[in-house]
Formats: sequence, C-alpha cells, structure tokens
Amino acid sequence: MNVAELTPPSAPAQRQLGTVNVPKVTMAHGGGGKAMRDLIDDVFIRAFDNKTLATMEDQARLSLVDLVAQGDRLAVTTDSYVIHPLRFPGGDIGKLAICGTINDLAVGGAKPLYLSCAVVIEEGLDVQTLREIASSMARTATAAGVSIVTGDTKVVDKGACDKLFINTTGIGVIRKGIELGVNRVRPGDAILVNGLLGDHGAAILNARGDMSLSTHLESDCAALHGLIEVMLRAAPGIRFLRDATRGGIATVLNEVAEASQVGIDIHESLTPLRDEVRAFCEILGLDPLYLANEGKLVCAVPPDQAEGALAAMRNHPLGRNSALIGHATGDRPGRVVMHTVFGGHRIVDMLVGEQLPRIC
Amino acid sequence: MKYIDEFRDPEKAQTLLKEIAGLCDKLHGRKGRPLKIMEVCGGHTHAIFRYGIETMLPDEIELVHGPGCPVCVLPMGRVDDCVALAEIPKVIFTTFGDAVRVPGSKKSLLQAKSEGADVRMVYSPLDALNLARENPDKEIVFFALGFETTMPSTAMTVLRAEAESIKNFSLFCNHITIIPTVKAILDSPELQLDGFLGPGHVSMVIGNAPYEFIAKQYEKPIVVAGFEPLDILHALWMVLKQLHDGRCEVENQYARVVATHGNDVALDAIGKVFELREFFEWRGLGSIDHSGVRMRKSYEKYDAEKKFTIRSVKIADPKSCQCGEVLKGVIKPWECKVFGSACTPNTPLGALMVSSEGACAAYYQFGDSLKIHSRAAEIKNTEAMLAGPH
Repeated sequence: MNVAELTPPSAPAQRQLGTVNVPKVTMAHGGGGKAMRDLIDDVFIRAFDNKTLATMEDQARLSLVDLVAQGDRLAVTTDSYVIHPLRFPGGDIGKLAICGTINDLAVGGAKPLYLSCAVVIEEGLDVQTLREIASSMARTATAAGVSIVTGDTKVVDKGACDKLFINTTGIGVIRKGIELGVNRVRPGDAILVNGLLGDHGAAILNARGDMSLSTHLESDCAALHGLIEVMLRAAPGIRFLRDATRGGIATVLNEVAEASQVGIDIHESLTPLRDEVRAFCEILGLDPLYLANEGKLVCAVPPDQAEGALAAMRNHPLGRNSALIGHATGDRPGRVVMHTVFGGHRIVDMLVGEQLPRIC
Repeated sequence: MKYIDEFRDPEKAQTLLKEIAGLCDKLHGRKGRPLKIMEVCGGHTHAIFRYGIETMLPDEIELVHGPGCPVCVLPMGRVDDCVALAEIPKVIFTTFGDAVRVPGSKKSLLQAKSEGADVRMVYSPLDALNLARENPDKEIVFFALGFETTMPSTAMTVLRAEAESIKNFSLFCNHITIIPTVKAILDSPELQLDGFLGPGHVSMVIGNAPYEFIAKQYEKPIVVAGFEPLDILHALWMVLKQLHDGRCEVENQYARVVATHGNDVALDAIGKVFELREFFEWRGLGSIDHSGVRMRKSYEKYDAEKKFTIRSVKIADPKSCQCGEVLKGVIKPWECKVFGSACTPNTPLGALMVSSEGACAAYYQFGDSLKIHSRAAEIKNTEAMLAGPH
C-alpha cells in the first residue's frame, strides 16, 4: 500500500525542508528549536520521503478500513538497536533496525506495513553518517514495501550513548487462518532453517577488529517477510516461525522445546554453516549454534508438509541453502539434543550469559 | 574443512570404538569395576562434551575430568585481587574472555566493569600491549592466566615490552604449572585412577619427558592426546592397550604437534621471565607446592604485584563445595551435594561450575540429563536402603 493514500486531504502544501550546515550533531540539534527541525528535515524527512511523515503531526494516522481488509488481527512489535560498529560488512544499524522489526512481525505471520523510527544520538556524531544510515533505512523499507510513518529524535551528551541507538516499532496485519505459536509444535514436526547460520554474529565480532582475523564474512541482515509469505502459502500447516537473532538457533530451539514440551533432535551434519564461520568458531572456541543471525529463521512444520515448505524456501532468494536440520520428538520434553558428526550426542542448552572466547 | 574433518570421521570412530569395547571387556573382567581415566586438560573436557564422546563409550570406561581448566582452579582471593586492580583509576584491566565471569568474594570482573572499572577482553597478551602503546596515559594490566600453554605468549609479550621500553604495561601473574598438580592428585589417598590422557598443548611447550614419573613411580599409563574427537578416542585406546599389555609408559598420540623435548624457544622465554613460587593456592585442591610461577626480579617492573599494592587475602572455598572430590575422581559432578541446586552456571559456588571447560558446567550444559537423573535417583535409593526403615 502507498502511504500517500493515507494522507488526509487537508495536508498542507509541501514546505521547504531545512538543512544542516555543520559537520557534527551538537546538543543544539536536540533542543526542540530550529536546529532540531533542520536536522529532522535534512536527515529523516528527506530520506523517508512520505506524506504522512511530512505532515509533521505528533502521530501517524492510519486507515482502519485498509487494515481490516488485509486480515483479522493487528501485530505490533518493538525493538531497540544498538550495535558496534554502526556500519559492518553486509549492513549498518539502519538496515538492521528495519529488517529486525519487519522480521519480528513476519514470524508471527503478519504482513508488515508501518514502522516508527526513534533515534537517540550521541553529540558529536557526523551528520553525514546519520544521513547515510537514514537513507539505508529508507532503501530497506522501500524495498520491503513498508513505510516509516512517525518518529522521534533525541540528542544526548557525549558518553551517554554509543553514537546512535535506534528504536523501531512495527505494525502489521495477520491474515485470517494463520495461527503460529511457540507452544504449537508437536512430536514428529520437521525443523527447518533457511540457510547458512551464524554469519551475522561472526561478521560483527570480526568487524570489531579485536580478534585480528582476516575474513570476508558478511552479515546476513535481510527482511524475511517475502520468504515467509511463500512458505505459508506452500505449507499452511506451519506451526511455528522465529528469527534466530541473539543467542542463535540454540536459543530459539530451547524456547520451542520448553514452550511446546517436546524434545528437539538436531543433526550437526545437516546444520548449514559457511566454512569461514566454522573456521572462525574453531579458532575462537565459539559454538555457531549460539551466534546471532539477522536473516535466518527456524520453522517447525508437520512432517507431511516439510518437503513442500523446503522446496518453496529453496526457490526463494533468501532460502537457497534451506535445510531440514532435525525433528521434534516425544522424548526428553524441554531438551534440545544435537547428534554430532562424530556419532555422539549432547544437550544444547541456553547460554548463561554472553558467549566468550576460550582461553586456549 | 581440511585438517578438521579428517579428525572427526565417524567411520574411523566406529572402528576405534569396537577396539576400545574389546579391550574393555578383557580389562573389566580383571578389575571388576569401571576403568577410571582422567583427562587432565580442560580442552579435552570441552571436546569430550562437545562431541558427545562419553555417550559413545562403553559403560566400563569412566572419564574423570581433571584440574586442567585454569579458569576453574583460580581461587576467589585472586579474583578479588583482579577486581581491586581493575578498580584502580587509570588502569585498563585486560583479560581472556572466559575469566570475566568467575565469581570473587564480592563480585566478578564483569560486575566490576558494570560499575565503571575499565575491563577489556583481549584474545592475546599482545593486544594488551597494543593498548599500552595506544594509551600512554593509562596503566595496562594483563591478567596472565593458564598453564604452560599460555605462558610463552605472556613471557614473549613482556620481552617485547622491554625491548620497546613500554613502561605502562604489567602482568598480574597467575600462571600455574601442571606437573605438581598431577603429582598432588596421584598422592591423594582417595585416588582411584587407572590412567591419564596427557594435556596436548601443555606438552607442545614442555614435551613428554616431564610425565615420566607418572609411568615410572606411580605406574600409571599416560598418553599425550590431541583435541579432535578421533585424537581422544585414539589416545583412550592407547591407554587401554597399555593396561591390557601390562605396560606403564608415556606415549604421544599428538605427535603432529608435540615434540618429545617440547619447544625450546617457548621454554627459553618462560625461563627468562618466570620462576616457581613456593606454593600456589588452587580452588578445590588447596595449596600445592611449586604449582605456580611469578615474575623474576629482573622483570619486576612488569609485575603488577610489585607495581601496585595487592591485598592477596586468602578466601576459603565454600564449605558445601565438593570440587576437590570431583577433581580427583572420587565422585561424579552430579553426585556433589550442591550440583544443579545451589551451584549452577548462573550462580557458580564451586570452581568447576564456572568455565565451559569445568567438569560441572560441562555436565550441566551438555550432559545427558536422563543419565544423570537416573544415576542421581539410583544413589538416593541406595542411600535410603542403607539408612533402613524409618
């Protein structure tokens, strides 16, 4: 849907947008006056370019009729994005803030429609960096068919935040008949993933430069709603979807096992990993099952629809390397068991805290 | 992946497992109890759990997870010293990642960081030296931790700091040495071990010769092992073969990495910078003579214990902990009174619950919960039977 259709007919004629003529964001840009207006105009209004936002009201006004026509439930989600470094191979904090929230909507079966964007800026951030991140958000949202309809800008003292924090809230609509839930998985269900795991976590660790490893790893940051749409059409019986972000697929699988009171058996030999990620984990003593992803999901589907779901996934650009990695079982409810390539098995538990590189 | 997949070949594993089962059958008849083999090194413990090796072995073999996790055996008082150092203004306290969660008597380094201490994780002591170059107005302290595996890299870093006349860098030296500790375990009257897997990476530095006493004086077979799962099975087979043949020798399964006489360059660097302490305190095991090293006087300007005032208060292990008995193989981790109840990876009481290489943490996280629970129930039933009717 085009946001322009939502804009009230009484919207004022387009005004002249302000511009920022200094290289860095200062506290003045958060003061509520002209400087702030210029920053919002120059960076956000210009990039996001839609009429709802351009009305400069305190809220976005969305047509209920349009929403109701698309489904019978509203999905709302919110997420804050803090990442160091702001730009990394495969993306930046802006792309992440759009894709992450779209994915949180989409894994509930919702069609993502609208996003808000609130930013907290540390004084001293380059205005040009901010422009580039805003335009990355705009590009990602446009490609995904989603509009950024409201926002907020705050500037804080140096040291009060790390360069830039972004919060996005997403609104989407769930089509009638789609029922997904973490507690709906049954013994026998197939467990699918849509591709190579751990790219984002490894790319970010690597981009921080602390490990001094030279690799070409890129974040898998991507909006998954298109893929999910295709999956739900091919396999309407899908019981559960979740994007495997922080904590990796290990965390998602544990959440499912616990909520659905099933066991989950996965096979190391079926788990798709890039050689670079495997090597990265070998060197640092990390477990790829716990590495973050930003474009990977875990799906549970009844066995008779698994093949159809997998074929549909592999036909989609974001699912080329999709794989069936295991099954839900009636044994060991609440536990995830990994059958190792070596022929043994082990429990895959939740992480206690952060995953830390081992000493030796 | 080359040099990795070859050592994880499931078919070769099955062949080895058959051989192991055959030897076990013969040996079990002789002993009438499970064979207890200790892997000394925490890296082996980690690999054993990661590949589920215990789940593949016959019941007649019990693996005892030894004291070779440097993070686990670090006493609480030393962690308190770390925190105190980290809290000195102007200090950047640098550490390997898995040490930040180890609880001190009041807090861990992670908690100190959250309260404002400048604690940074590094992957190598050279990264800490880099920080010293980049921050001439700060004091960089590196938390030197680990057995002979990590000693050479810290020694080399000190030598580099000296060569470059870097003055704002020092080590808080907590390096420990494996031989006296293995000896202490062998001297323990409760000892029930039949053989050892020797630590591969320690041996890469010190060679095989230092283990001769285990075979000669204590008459236990020891096989220095690599860290891939086939290495471990192969080394276990070699230990069993020695037991079967009635031999007690030091053998080297990890010959692709470990040279009989170790690494001269590494040993030189260690000898230049470090000397033995009279004794060092271990979590769970108490004080062990000559089991730690400190910096030589000639390098004391790089010694954080000399550069700063450190209180070094000795803090007793919590009474309920049975880490020592687990380390010596007297009880299995889940047989400890507080395993999984008062002591969990989230709230570790004892040393072995702290790092992923610690036996208790490994059982808690990777272990076969069904097996553990059924064994635990078995023990409780036996206790109830022994206690008689109430």
